[in-house]
Amino acid sequence: MARKSHVQTTINGETVEFLCESRQSLLEVLRDELYLTGAKEGCNNGNCGACSVILDGRLVNSCLVLGVETEGKSVETIEGLAEPDKLHPIQDAFLENAALQCGICTPGFIMSAKALLDSNPNPTEHEIRYWLAGNLCRCTGYDKIVKAVMDAAKETSA
Amino acid sequence: MTEKKEYKVIGTRPIRHDGVDKVTGRALYGADFQMTGLLHGRVLRSPHAHARIVSIDTSRAEAYPGVKGVATAQDLPDAEDRIADLGEGAVNLKYLCDNILASDKVLYKGHAVAAVAATSPHIAEEACTLIDVEYEVLPPVLEVRQAMEADAPLLHETLKTTSMGETADEPSNVASHIQHQLGDPEKGFAEADIVVERDFVTGTVHQGYIEPHNATAHFNQDGQLTIWCSTQGAFTVREQVAEILQYPISKIKVVPMEIGGGFGGKISVYIKPVAALLAKKTGKPVKVLMNRADVFEGTGPTPASYVRVKMGATKEGKITAAEAYLAFEAGAYPGAPVGPGAMCIFAPYNIENVIIDGYDVVVNKPKTAPYRAPGAPNAAFGSESVVDEIAEKLGIDPLEIRLRNGAKEGDRRADGPVHPRIGCIETVETAKAHPHYTAPNGQKHHGRGVASGYWFNIGLESSVTINVNADGTINLIEGSTDIGGTRSSIAMQAAEVLGIPAESVNPSVVDTNSVGYTAVTGGSRTTYATGYAAYEAAQDVKRKMIARAAKLWEVDEDNVQFADGEFSCINGKEEQISFRDLCGRLGQTGGPVVGSGTVNPGGAGGAYATHIVDVAVDEETGKVEILRYTAVQDAGRAIHPSYVEGQIQGGAVQGIGWALNEEYIYNDEGTMTNASFLDYRMPTCLDLPMIDAVIVEVPNPGHPYGVRGVGEVPIVPPMAAIANAIYDAIGIRMTELPMSPDRLLKAMGKI
Repeated sequence: MARKSHVQTTINGETVEFLCESRQSLLEVLRDELYLTGAKEGCNNGNCGACSVILDGRLVNSCLVLGVETEGKSVETIEGLAEPDKLHPIQDAFLENAALQCGICTPGFIMSAKALLDSNPNPTEHEIRYWLAGNLCRCTGYDKIVKAVMDAAKETSA
Repeated sequence: MTEKKEYKVIGTRPIRHDGVDKVTGRALYGADFQMTGLLHGRVLRSPHAHARIVSIDTSRAEAYPGVKGVATAQDLPDAEDRIADLGEGAVNLKYLCDNILASDKVLYKGHAVAAVAATSPHIAEEACTLIDVEYEVLPPVLEVRQAMEADAPLLHETLKTTSMGETADEPSNVASHIQHQLGDPEKGFAEADIVVERDFVTGTVHQGYIEPHNATAHFNQDGQLTIWCSTQGAFTVREQVAEILQYPISKIKVVPMEIGGGFGGKISVYIKPVAALLAKKTGKPVKVLMNRADVFEGTGPTPASYVRVKMGATKEGKITAAEAYLAFEAGAYPGAPVGPGAMCIFAPYNIENVIIDGYDVVVNKPKTAPYRAPGAPNAAFGSESVVDEIAEKLGIDPLEIRLRNGAKEGDRRADGPVHPRIGCIETVETAKAHPHYTAPNGQKHHGRGVASGYWFNIGLESSVTINVNADGTINLIEGSTDIGGTRSSIAMQAAEVLGIPAESVNPSVVDTNSVGYTAVTGGSRTTYATGYAAYEAAQDVKRKMIARAAKLWEVDEDNVQFADGEFSCINGKEEQISFRDLCGRLGQTGGPVVGSGTVNPGGAGGAYATHIVDVAVDEETGKVEILRYTAVQDAGRAIHPSYVEGQIQGGAVQGIGWALNEEYIYNDEGTMTNASFLDYRMPTCLDLPMIDAVIVEVPNPGHPYGVRGVGEVPIVPPMAAIANAIYDAIGIRMTELPMSPDRLLKAMGKI
């Protein structure tokens, strides 16, 4: 058995400690060690974006980050986005726009959209499409997702 | 039938019932399932496309620390060569079992050979590499026309062609030949002023659902087997696992977790029986997950095909005859959707003289599985390209020729059935009047194309139970996996009957022990058939509630009327009570009210679509850009228009991917060389414009609200529409899919 390392990190604002093998990705740690299963595995090689999280303010595919790399860093996941009694405007916009069908890609898209709007509060449609091109959705044809992000941008920058 | 009825709930756009769970990451999909003591399973797959298994030695893997069990085909009950009816059509059990774990031969690269359960997924993966399999490698056959040749390598020594009731003497890779004939095709072609005949080739493409297959199984000490999984149909999983393991259905409970896309690809079982075998062997719950390469190489894509279409027309544009030859790759075991292809190919037209031949052919690729309107896109790529060419040669507008020949109620499809009320003409008329179609189109290397498509839709069994709550809400129990918002489209139909808001319905998708039999979420049937069952269950509730009001007012039930959510007394007494208030008085009037509805409706009603696309062809790179896309479709009645639009948009974009980029690329040894999302190029949002979904409503007489299935038909027109647009742009007819940059450059003579 591979020896486990002790890691201390911040997840959604809370200090979290966990043990993981060096070979375990952040995605595996989130899902299998911490039971934060909102980030999904679609490809495990950085091509689908279903595992998108924000690491120290930067959007990453958590399947391409090792769990041990998060020592001392800060991770934002889909589970930390909503307030106790209120959804984040991006989450609301996804619901209002019917921007999900099966929903498996949705947490990744929402985290990607959050990273976009954090850095560019008023993106054009093209900028949204460019930014979200790392997230695959097979159900919607993207139309309603792009509209949801445009609506969320209006909401958050208003 | 076409008059617009007034509805309170139907046609509105409420927030979907499972929405908050899905935007907060709370919704639990199959891979999210956790359980104490869980083991992790992985599958060893064949590195060869065609080989005999000489021996399998699992001893090194079994001795590896952390490994708790190894399974091979030896652990499956002896499969008879018999036909099992699994509710989704008949299946040869030997083939079904051999596809789960190969017994004597491997028939495709990625074919499952053995499986390991271990304390971690990494250990299971490592242990798979310690299983020693000796193969005798055989030559593969990878293309349908080659597989049909007399001297082709044979996949199955016992497979013989059945052709219209007759079975051949010699083994062959051609599993079956079907033929449909209508009228006198020879006479029809003789009457034609123009005849166009072309060959078409389509590649192997995958459904591409984002969530890989997954299954967790556990055997209790009393023999009760529970399987938690992603599936399009919990009951078909129960049936397939029962047949494969020769285990009674009454001892199997299948719990459908949330599902991350299916499109037809999550009906067949792959790792579910494997998880059950490993659970049995280890006495522990075992979770088996596929990775993305497993999904591409080990699960059913849709067939590659060779299609030849010949059509004749008079100068006035009347199509007088049509002929099609459809040869579809089944993959490793028989069962290509050539039947549906033949049913759909000429269905947008009323043609008097038709002949269609279809061939189901095995090749050394994964056993194909349904993919959204299975078989119809392959066929329509040919027929809709030929119709376009006829229109162009006759100087007739391509939508006009579709109107002149369009199928209507009472016309006969070539395979026999007479059309009920359908919306074929209406979709073409709507497309023709759409501002997209009338917009200027003349820039260099830009082109516009159109195409129509048909899918017959299915009914099948559904069950719904409604439990009435004291606060005027209802709990709706159903067995249909929700892949695209069907909790809401089903709940809304019950809400409409009971005069309550959509939000007053709590829909739950439950396990096979907790609801009546319900067929798969597939065939565009869920909003239609399970919605129908919800309508019936709500009618049952309504009848029972009327009886309660009658009891309360001491009148006959005939004297109670229910409208707009209010019960009233229509004879003598001035009584009135709302649905909600009556719900609060159930205790005094006889106890709880539970309604149920079960259906197996025959009137699914076919769906038609007509698409318009503008493209730009880059002559330097061969890249085709989609500039504008409009998809018109008859939904019968759109229960929740947003999710109908979503189906149309999603189907159109899958079709765009199929048209322009997606294909399995094989090397000579039969290895797929692009088994990742990087190299199997599905559309991203940067590749696309907005998709304008236009809903036409020609109510289906076979449903109380006029619903037609909407999920599948939008994938039928895109390939031909785009090919026709490319022709309009550069004057070259593309007849091979995908129309990727290299094929465009070759067609333009640039490489």
